[in-house]
Order: sequence, then C-alpha cells, then structure tokens
Amino acid sequence: MKNSPRFWTQPRPYWMAAAVFVVLCIVNAALQPTFLRFGVATSNIAAFLPMSLVAVGQTYVVLASDIDLSAGAIVSLVNVAVVSIIDGMGGSGASVALGLAVGLAAGLICGVVNGLCVAFLRFQPIVTTFATGIVFAGFALWILPQAGRQVPPAFYNAYAGTGLGVPTVIWILVAAIAFATVVARSRFYRALRATGGNMQAAYQTGVPVARVRLGAYTISGLFSALAGLALVGETASGDPLIGGALTLASVTAVVLGGTALSGCVGGVAGSILGAFILGLINNVIFFAQLPFEWQGLIQGLIILAALAGGVVMARGR
Amino acid sequence: MARLPALFKRPLAIAVAAIVVLLAAGELLSPGFASPRQIVTLLTIAALLGVVAAGQNLVILGGREGIDLSVGGVLSFGAFLAGNLMHQQDAYLAQALVLVLGATFLIGLITGLGVTLLRIPPLVMTLGMLGVVQGGLVLLTRGVPSGRAAPMLSRIVSEPVLFGLPGILFIWVMVGVVVTLVLRRTTFGLNVYAIGSNETAAALAGVPVRRTRALLFALSGLFSGITGILLLGYTEYVFVGAGDQYMLPSIIAVVIGGTSLAGGSGGYVGTMAGAIVLVLLQSILTTLSIPPFGRQVVFGTTLLVLMLLYGRQRRLRG
Repeated sequence: MKNSPRFWTQPRPYWMAAAVFVVLCIVNAALQPTFLRFGVATSNIAAFLPMSLVAVGQTYVVLASDIDLSAGAIVSLVNVAVVSIIDGMGGSGASVALGLAVGLAAGLICGVVNGLCVAFLRFQPIVTTFATGIVFAGFALWILPQAGRQVPPAFYNAYAGTGLGVPTVIWILVAAIAFATVVARSRFYRALRATGGNMQAAYQTGVPVARVRLGAYTISGLFSALAGLALVGETASGDPLIGGALTLASVTAVVLGGTALSGCVGGVAGSILGAFILGLINNVIFFAQLPFEWQGLIQGLIILAALAGGVVMARGR
Repeated sequence: MARLPALFKRPLAIAVAAIVVLLAAGELLSPGFASPRQIVTLLTIAALLGVVAAGQNLVILGGREGIDLSVGGVLSFGAFLAGNLMHQQDAYLAQALVLVLGATFLIGLITGLGVTLLRIPPLVMTLGMLGVVQGGLVLLTRGVPSGRAAPMLSRIVSEPVLFGLPGILFIWVMVGVVVTLVLRRTTFGLNVYAIGSNETAAALAGVPVRRTRALLFALSGLFSGITGILLLGYTEYVFVGAGDQYMLPSIIAVVIGGTSLAGGSGGYVGTMAGAIVLVLLQSILTTLSIPPFGRQVVFGTTLLVLMLLYGRQRRLRG
C-alpha cells in the first residue's frame, strides 16, 4: 500500500489536523513570544501528555468502531491507586515500583473487563463503558474519597526531569509513538481496521473479531493507566475526580485527528495532534486575554468548527 | 393503539418487572419506601429524566448512530433562560415559555442541520454543540446562577393538581401519549422508523430523510428545553451545571426501555419505564446508607446486569 502510486491521492485523515495544529502554533507563538523556547515547549507537552495518552488508547477502540467512555474513570482509578500505595508504604523505592506495577495492572484489568463485556458478552459499547466507568470511578472514590496524599519528591522530580538530556515527558511521548508505529505494522492492527470497517465481513474472512476488540479495549485501559501515572508525576498527589473530563475530551481529540467514529479510518498520529490542538486552543484563548466569560463560548465554537471542518474535509477528498 | 400483547414487548416486560422488584426490595430494605407519597416523589424525579429521554429516544430511533450528547447543556440553558425571562412574575410566564421553547428548538435544529447537511456524525456534532452551549451559558451567567421560577410555574409543576398528584406527572403522561401517537399514528412517526431501520430504502420510497432527521434533533432540543422549564419549576432556581447529570442517564433510560441504539425499533412507553427503573435504583441506593463509592459500584454493576438481560447485540455469523 505504502509504495503504491495511490499513496498521495489516498485520503490522509490527519492532514486537516496537521494544518489546524500548525495554524494554532503560529497564533500561539504570536500571542506568547516565549512559545518556541525549549522549556515552554516541554511544559506544554507535559500539560498535553495525559490527554494525548488517553486519546492514543481511545483511537484503537474507535478504529474497531467501538468507544470507551470509561477511559477517564480508569485514569482517576489508577491515579489514586498509585498515590495511595506509594504514600501508604512510606514512599520507598520498592513502594514506587509496586505502585507503578499495580497502576498498570489496574488499567489492564479495567480494559479487559470492558473488552469482555463488549466483545464476548456482546453488550452495547456506549452503555457498557458508561456503566463500567461508574464502577471504576466508584472504586477510585473508595480508595481515596478526597483529593490528597503525596508522592515523594524523587517521583515528580524524575517526571519533570530529564533522561540522557531529553525531558522525561518527551521520552514518554516518543515511547507512545514508537508503540503505535510497531502496532501499525502488526497483523493485529490490520485485523482491527478490518473489524472496524465491516465486522460481519471481517468475521466471515476469519478475523478473530472478539479477540481484536478485546485487545483494543485492553490497550485503551493501559494508556489510560499511563495517563493516570503521568498525572501523578504532574500533580504529585491523588484526585479521584481528575480523569472525569478526559473521557469526552479524548473522543474529541480522536475525531479532531481525523479518525472516523464509524471505525477503520484514522490513526494514532492524528489523535496526538488532536489532543495537542485541544491544549493549544486553551493556550491561545488564555494568552489572547479574552474576558473570562467569553472563553468557554469561543473555545466551544473553535472546537465545533474544527470538528465540522475535519469531517467535511476528510470526506471531500 | 396497538393491542396489549403487541405493546407489551419483551424489554418493556423486563423493565416493568424490574420496577416491581425494585419497589419490593426498597420496601423490604427501608419500610415506607413504597408508600404512595414516596412513589409520587420518585415519579416526579423520573418525569424529569423521562421528558429529556423523549428527545433522546426520538434521535436514537432515527438511526445512523443517532445520539444526542447536548441534552444536558440545552436543559441547563433552557432552565437559565426561563428563570431570567419570567422575572418571578406570572405575567411573563407565557412569553418566557414561548421564547425558551423556540430557542431550544432552534439549537436542536442547528445540530440537526449539522448532522444532515454537513453529514457530521451525531456524536461529534452534539458533543461540539454541548461545548458551545456550555460556553454560551458561562457567558450569560458569568458562572453565577440566576433566575427564579414564576410562582405559577412552581404551582403547576409541584403542587397537587388532580387526585393529589403534582402537575408534572400529568405533563409527563401527556408527553408520553403525544410522542407515542406521533410515532405510531402519523406519517412523520412512520418516517422516523423507516429512516431508522433502513435509510436507503426509506429514501428510495420517498421519505424526506434529511428533513425528518433534522426535525428529530430539533425536537430533542425542544424536549430538553421543556425539561429545563420543569426542573426550574420543581427546584425554584437552577444551578449552572444542573443538566449535566441528565446526559448519559437519558441514553441509559432509552436503552433499558428496549429501544435499540442502532435505531428503527423501540418506542417511548419502554423509555418511560426505563426512566422509572433508573430513578428507583438510584433512590434505593441512596436510602441504603452505604457510602457513595458503594452506591456507584452497585449502580454500575446493576446496569451491566440489565445489559445481560436484554441489551445484547446480535451474534456474528459465519
């Protein structure tokens, strides 16, 4: 496919997102002269990272024409679980290792539960993940009823610090992109897109549809867990409600990035761009010094225009 | 009207059975739960959810991934607008009602035009619209709740009108009768089922697909507006994010009521039962005096069990 002459004429779903991203960068740089400085860019990436991670996971689910409305709840659950374990065990190195392991395992289990309900029990995805999301959010409240507790400084210093001269947050982003690149070349990914394109036909041609959908939900759970960990590094404390707003935002980011909710078309690169677009819109509105009461409306209108524009452009080609 | 056995389809039967079981369970767990007064209160809360769910139901019936995530925002907007237009005076009530219903219908229509003319998927369009409406609400309110119900509105909604029942219940029953009759007995209603089950076939048969679908979203806006007004009448004044809690439950009520999210099958009677089931469930969990996290876990798990009973999708066949 890649080397065929049709490569350039094929619809590139994230072109629109890339164009919007560039425009927003220019506007942002014009409003905020320090925008292109390395430190500012890094702190922007750090701020956009949790949503980017959730959006990456959401992409795989959407590619299979499903949706994960529990993603934000998984973020919250992992966030409070990790902080509680690390703080509860006194913040030693072993407690950090255990906390990270339990956090990732919790995300994995949540994803598997979603996948089993949707793919094997054949529950409707929207309703199911809404319901499991309520349960996950309930567990988060059980672990930590109110925002609080702390992780040791070594934890958030490592998150805010560098490795081999490159900021940790950029390493995480690069790792996510590398993961997506590897997955995009796998047999699983082809099966995933086939499932999203036409589930019936995929099934009839021997694609293990249920296992593929389970896999997508598991990846989504894992990436939500990573976002929960990133938020621990960012805020250095736990909050059982921290992920709530990320669910619909991640769906918005995925769609902004050119992935079709009907499945098959799209990819992770677009979703990361979409998450960055949402973050940059926030920045631009902040630095444009709009009156506070106008910010929400302008933000809503820009997002609606970008969503509508993306959908219309993607079809136009 | 369809004959009783046809009306009493399986999902509806399950929902009604769930209502009976939940009432019995509630009475067992906390005596007085199923007392007439308590039931009227529960039905009043269910009526609010039920009227939003009417619009959600219509949009979902229309198919092509029809769903309306903007209902909560439009509801809050309607309540805010109504509260500020009626200045706590009965003289302004009629005028306020007309303006609010017109405005919310228009918001829904814009959503509908985005879905039909620009062919934006409903989930995306209504999500975007939700952001715009919420932003607009912040602009209008500056984050501070304002506006109060006119005395007459509060009386009509919450005070006993007939047989000791509050007016909101009669309004809900009226909504139920009108929506069901429109769906079963008018060309528009038949068109809704036609485009919901097979859009291409409907278009070839001469159904005005776009106009019908756009109207469904407009009606969803209208029902959200009506609910906003009812909520204002019920609680006297409404805080800015009051509608948010109705967004996803309105979808759940429709699904529990037996309307398929794929569109084209189901009806509003089931949705009414679904709304009652949801409210009963939440209310039992509140009376149980278990901590909030336990309530949430039980609520979510119960929804999953309900899915297990009848919300399953067709098996793929080789």
